[in-house]
Amino acid sequence: MPPDPVAHPLPRLALIAAIVGTIALLFAWVAGWLSPARVSGASIADALQANTGKIFPGIRRAHAKGLCIAGEFASNGAGTALSRATLFAPNARTPVSGRFSLAGGNPGAPDGRTVFHAMALRFVLPGVEEWRMALDHTPIFVVSTPADFQAFLIAGTPDPVTKKPDPARMAAFLASHPEARRFIAYMKSAPLPSSFANGTYHSINAFRFTNAAGETRAVRWQFEPEDRFAALDKTTLDRLPHDALFDEYLARAKQGPVRWHLVVVLANPGDATDNATVEWGAGHRRIDVGTLTLTAAMPEQEGHCRDFVFDPLILPRGVTASDDPLLAGRSAAYAASFRRRAREAPHADPVSTHQGAAK
Amino acid sequence: MNSTDRFAVHARILHWVMAIMILAMLFIGAGMVSTASRAYPDLLAWHRPIGIAVLALALVRLGVRMTHRPPSLPADLPVLQRAMASAMHLALYTLMLAMPLIGWAMLSAAGTPVVLWPGTVLPPILAHDVRMFGWLRRLHRLAGYAFFLLILGHLGAALVHALIRRDSVFQSMARFGNRSMRG
Ligand code: HEM
Ligand code: HEM
Ligand code: HEM
Repeated sequence: MPPDPVAHPLPRLALIAAIVGTIALLFAWVAGWLSPARVSGASIADALQANTGKIFPGIRRAHAKGLCIAGEFASNGAGTALSRATLFAPNARTPVSGRFSLAGGNPGAPDGRTVFHAMALRFVLPGVEEWRMALDHTPIFVVSTPADFQAFLIAGTPDPVTKKPDPARMAAFLASHPEARRFIAYMKSAPLPSSFANGTYHSINAFRFTNAAGETRAVRWQFEPEDRFAALDKTTLDRLPHDALFDEYLARAKQGPVRWHLVVVLANPGDATDNATVEWGAGHRRIDVGTLTLTAAMPEQEGHCRDFVFDPLILPRGVTASDDPLLAGRSAAYAASFRRRAREAPHADPVSTHQGAAK
Repeated sequence: MNSTDRFAVHARILHWVMAIMILAMLFIGAGMVSTASRAYPDLLAWHRPIGIAVLALALVRLGVRMTHRPPSLPADLPVLQRAMASAMHLALYTLMLAMPLIGWAMLSAAGTPVVLWPGTVLPPILAHDVRMFGWLRRLHRLAGYAFFLLILGHLGAALVHALIRRDSVFQSMARFGNRSMRG
């Protein structure tokens, strides 16, 4: 075909520019560059950093203070009725590693605080499958959506001048968020476990289990300790030794295995699966599906937990997310925190440094 | 117009199927990291298998390209434009192979399972190394946006051939069927 250039190219050049420009604009819109208010994993990570007051390079943007754990999960087979996940196969023994942590972005914060005590777990299943969990010691969360969580963090962010959060901003947030008021009242009254070993750790968010017959059910789950529950004295929290919980668990782990039962709680008809601020309450079927036995504990620098992300949406076949919007928000925020700390490269955490010095 | 004026038919089909897939991947990638809504995990669940499919098709395409000579460019095309066209095509081939490989390698280095769909997980292609993950994750982003700019340039150039120069170049990739469009 012989070339046949047009005599007046300008209108056609303008058309080409318009086509290319439209695609570029569409891309900018999809990427959020035209919507600075869009809530993303990165904007939540920003809010976490601001709330902490500074960036601790290489450290998690939340649950910064932690220690590594390892052990195994022994299934009793009862879970197969609920989910085809290989974790629940009769008599299956699955290696587990994980991390105990306290909420907050400062890895050097003291243990005597009214914050989440948390357990993160990584189950290594056959066929390079994995199941990761990040669980807290409370059955409920403070807000029900990622946007509200970001707003809650911003309301509690210290003012750069006074170094204190503005009480008026938090009051305004709480005034329009009764669920957050309920949660704060709950945290005030509920006892704090005296050890990582005797806490109950909750999925909080609902998930869906699908069994081999294809039946799907909404569930929550919790790890219930064999150690007897005991509470910290909340009136003397500020006098608790700086690393009391960490020192205690590292010592406790040397004395022998620590066990929890994984109890799956089935939703009743009408239970909200999309709202982590609402407890399901009593009168639910509870199924004990097996035992978690932790046999090892070490500071992060020696352990094998620091460089993983405990994203609650890393799920095996047989388990899917519920319609709880927090799950997607968590996944996005954990990814943002993970890529930031990876880019900064791991840094020594105060617990490891302190433990190294104590040896 | 004889058949050597056009790309082989499988090359043309691969080109257009992959053009749609790669553009979709760029929009999915940029869109998913922009949000903490349910679109994030939903889009990521599409991003991994489509990305791996791009890798597989790119390997097939490379084979087709090595066994079938592409049509020659119009004789009157200036040397600089020819050189730019080859450089651009080389960069496009490189990125369509590199992007999915970086994606797979970065999740491997992160220690995160590369789930294609529930129950089907690809093996890692790199050892777990969080620093390496940090580098590759940044590279995936930079190379992704470079890819998008390159494709915009490629699209603009293709349209210049089609609408202004009105030579054989656009037709060599875009024309299917036997009848020539303009006699
Ligand atoms: C929208 C709500 C939430 C957001 C934005 C959020 C954010 C985060 C972030 C950014 C991290 C650090 C991740 C990393 O760098 O690896 C983290 C850690 C953690 N979160 Fe959340 N979180 C939320 C809700 C929850 C809930 C409901 C639970 C409990 C069920 C939870 C339990 C944990 C635990 C246990 C860790 C520590 C994981 C580890 O040790 O690596 N979070 N969270
Ligand atoms: C978006 C619309 C697109 C249009 C209109 C378009 C158009 C064209 C045309 C007309 C050619 C033939 C050029 C020649 O004769 O040398 C071509 C070649 C090529 N295109 Fe595209 N293209 C598009 C998208 C893409 C995308 C997304 C890619 C992704 C990598 C791509 C990769 C290539 C490559 C590598 C060649 C060179 C083929 C070879 O020489 O083996 N194109 N394209
Ligand atoms: C044609 C191939 C691919 C293209 C064009 C592409 C493009 C992109 C883009 C543009 C982003 C957003 C980057 C940012 O803004 O930070 C992204 C993120 C990502 N991509 Fe890809 N990608 C490809 C293949 C893959 C593959 C094969 C995988 C894994 C198997 C993968 C995994 C990811 C992950 C995990 C993220 C980041 C999610 C996050 O940090 O929240 N990509 N990709």
